[in-house]
Amino acid sequence: MTQKKPIVKEQNHNYPPEMIAWIQHAAELGRYDIRGMGAKRKIPDFNDLTFLTASMSRYPLEGYREKCVTQTVIGGRHGAKPIELDIPITIAGMSFGSLNAQAKDALGRGASQMGTSTTTGDGGMTPEERKSSKILVYQCLPSRYGFNPDDARKADAIEIVIGQGAKPGGGGILLGQKISPRVAGMRTLPEGIDQRSACRHPDWTGPDDLVIKIEELRELTLGKVPIYVKIGATRAYHDVKLCCHAGADVIVVDGMQGGTAATQDCYIEHTGIPTLAAVRMAVEALQDLGLYRKVHLIISGGIRTGADVAKALAMGADVVSIGQAMLIAMGCNMDLPEWEEDYHKLGTAAGYCHHCQTGLCPAGITTQDPEISKKLDPDKAGRKVRNYLKTLTLELQTLARACGKSNVHHLEKEDLAALTMEAAAIAKIPLVGTDWYPGK
Amino acid sequence: MCGIVSLFFKEDSLNKKLGEHFVPMLIAMTERGPDSSGIAVYGNPCEKGEYKFSIFHPDENYDWDQFENKISDEWKVSRVKQLGRYLILSAALQKKELDMWLKENFPSMVIMGVGNEMEIYKDTGSPARVAEKYDLSQTKGYLMIGHTRMATESAVNVEGSHPYSSGLDLCLVHNGSYANHNSIRQMLEDDGMEFDSWNDTEVAAKYLEWRLIKGDDLNDALKNMTNDFSGFFTLAIGLKNQFAVMRDPFACKPMVIAETKKYVAVASEFRALAHLPEISEADIFEPQPEEIHIWSK
Amino acid sequence: MVQIDCSPLTTSEINKKLRELPEGSEVELLNPAGRHNLAVGLEKKIDLTINGHGGYYYGGMNKNAEITINGNAGPGVAENMMSGRVRVKGHASTSAGASGHGGLLVIEKDTSLRCGISLKGSDIVVRGCVGNMCAFMAQAGNILIGGDAGQALGDSLYEAVIYLGGKYKSLGADAKEDSMTDEDITIIKDMLSRAGFNDLKPENFKKIISAKTLYHFDSEKKQDY
Repeated sequence: MTQKKPIVKEQNHNYPPEMIAWIQHAAELGRYDIRGMGAKRKIPDFNDLTFLTASMSRYPLEGYREKCVTQTVIGGRHGAKPIELDIPITIAGMSFGSLNAQAKDALGRGASQMGTSTTTGDGGMTPEERKSSKILVYQCLPSRYGFNPDDARKADAIEIVIGQGAKPGGGGILLGQKISPRVAGMRTLPEGIDQRSACRHPDWTGPDDLVIKIEELRELTLGKVPIYVKIGATRAYHDVKLCCHAGADVIVVDGMQGGTAATQDCYIEHTGIPTLAAVRMAVEALQDLGLYRKVHLIISGGIRTGADVAKALAMGADVVSIGQAMLIAMGCNMDLPEWEEDYHKLGTAAGYCHHCQTGLCPAGITTQDPEISKKLDPDKAGRKVRNYLKTLTLELQTLARACGKSNVHHLEKEDLAALTMEAAAIAKIPLVGTDWYPGK
Repeated sequence: MCGIVSLFFKEDSLNKKLGEHFVPMLIAMTERGPDSSGIAVYGNPCEKGEYKFSIFHPDENYDWDQFENKISDEWKVSRVKQLGRYLILSAALQKKELDMWLKENFPSMVIMGVGNEMEIYKDTGSPARVAEKYDLSQTKGYLMIGHTRMATESAVNVEGSHPYSSGLDLCLVHNGSYANHNSIRQMLEDDGMEFDSWNDTEVAAKYLEWRLIKGDDLNDALKNMTNDFSGFFTLAIGLKNQFAVMRDPFACKPMVIAETKKYVAVASEFRALAHLPEISEADIFEPQPEEIHIWSK
Repeated sequence: MVQIDCSPLTTSEINKKLRELPEGSEVELLNPAGRHNLAVGLEKKIDLTINGHGGYYYGGMNKNAEITINGNAGPGVAENMMSGRVRVKGHASTSAGASGHGGLLVIEKDTSLRCGISLKGSDIVVRGCVGNMCAFMAQAGNILIGGDAGQALGDSLYEAVIYLGGKYKSLGADAKEDSMTDEDITIIKDMLSRAGFNDLKPENFKKIISAKTLYHFDSEKKQDY
């Protein structure tokens, strides 16, 4: 009698089912996948650090009653009017075009209520966001879509973007679905066509020429506003030094977890370095130049919780900036029964969606479609942004007080310990229970 | 990233004024390169059969007299000059010989350049500081090549500064950033070339020498460089009685040339040339990508 | 006629003086000596002549002003111009007219690489030759070239139009020659007239536009990515 053959499924780490599916998908599609959000795979991050809070040798502060200052002032190195933030958490650059006007408005409202800044993106400044954002940073990108001197003069700071964490060095294409009439008008493009973005600035390359470009922008704005320079984290130590030499007032370093509305999946997963490494290298560079706390440092890329914020500050960042998590706060990937159909149409489900590039965002955020955009009420969404920022701030203060700090900027590296060998090596923070890290 | 400046006199009558005209050019490039500066000078040949060695010691207050006494025990040498952290010595010696002896007896010293005419001075500090330290305004000769450095991937130190010299009377300065110099360094090391630093420009200089040893003339050597290297490179090269410039195919790093009957002046920005005599009558142009310009005396 | 000698002044001081001039002023800058960022971000309609060779970004982000450079221009002349006119009587360096939205840039001699890169609506007239990668990713506007063009002319062109009087070394990805219409002749006549090059004949130009094969990615087609 023949016995039924047992089904054997040996695990293949090199060609798991997902890899097999991807290869076959590539064979069908004939081009790279384009998606939104940031790196999904597990990499060393702030969760691998823990705080050494007060005990016998260090005294905590009482929550809520004993002050813990969050005010943060940045950007005054060259005499510009500095940016005064009530909290050290800002909203990162995300374009009108990738987001709709409602989302930009909501972000502005939430940020203003908490006394912090938002940033324009790769498409220019909308009147709505200038109106709702008390403090607005204006980006100058390689594409220069929508960039003009009138908007530059309305801004509170200018951010020259060299790259972002999701795709440092990348240009790439954005498929035509999101080039609506309004977006097309602002970007000087025909509607509905694929947008091919530049990876370098059109009129300068390299820090020696950036010196001259920064001077030009100071001439334009009469030296009144701080100039930020944003880089995707790769050779962060050298890049931060060069940004300082070039004349930046503030440097923004975006780690590989940083999100995007649409770029090639191979860039998102395989370029850049984790934010944990980026912050340590950036701070080292500033210290080696004697410019720490003189040229200010904004860290972004996968900041999610107040603990992340606190750890970034403890490692030396002046400010953190958040992109993806703000969209999630407003409803991105929210699990609502009435949205189930919309996720399924995209071939995904709540909690797994990364289809910002389609323009069919189930949450009504990363879309230009007027009908779909109705899902996002700027007032309600603005309140969510404010509440999320408030939560982060309270968590930050709670942790800072537990470390005995009356000012969140008094958090220091020595307040931290590493939970893994990798995090210890990357952050140059001792492994728990030891005073050693690899390379010490 | 950096600034490049060079001044080449076609007529010997101007040689007395080389440093005087050159120093403002170098200082004009300070914003491009605040970290360190270097120059190479041509035009003061030593005795036939001898070579000038540009020797560097890291100690600002080094006792060069005692060094000269010691080396005189080995060979007949003459002091050409001593400035800053450099001693220029002339002797009928091969570089290899002196290199080996220094490694044994004075390991902190580095030979920055060797040639019948060429002298090299490169040091950390602003261009104005370096110009003062090495008395550059008094320099005489027919060619001066200069570089102001904003360090990219290697550290700010003297070994990382330009000009790089490879081969007799051959030097190179570079603005830009190579992208595959590590594998080319490996290839050159496997073929017997030696390196003093991790700097990408040193790889380019050694590559040029390597091509010249293989029989290329300067033109072909530079053409081969465009094929073998990825990256952005605007270059100025010095040889005895010759001066050359070239830009890569993308030509993203700037260069302006001003030429008169009497001189050729080159700089990353025109403002470094604005003070030169007869500049309003000069032919002012930019080298096209991959176009090699060579001037000879 | 106001004359300003640049030599004793900082760049900011020079630009401040220019900004404070009333509409309709005629002004001359002497001894620019190649310094950078002169006449950046002007907003009033003034008639400005810069006597000498320039540095980077002269006329950058210009609105309304009419600027003449009596010499060569450095990289990025009239970059991101919004309106007005910039005329270079000598040569222009790289990225001339980069990302300009409006107004007219005239170059009487030659220009280097990337002329009109990322153009967004300005008109550019070059009497001489242009270097490699002219009109790279140019989105809107017209570029008229009296002489020859280098390699990769019009690479990744969107809706901008190139009129070429001489020969190109090569066309860029997605650029193609197209036949001239009466409307093109009218546009060329107008550009030549505004530039003051009335001796050049519109019939001698050829038209280069986007082939639009990169407008929509298609895995079945052989596309030059």
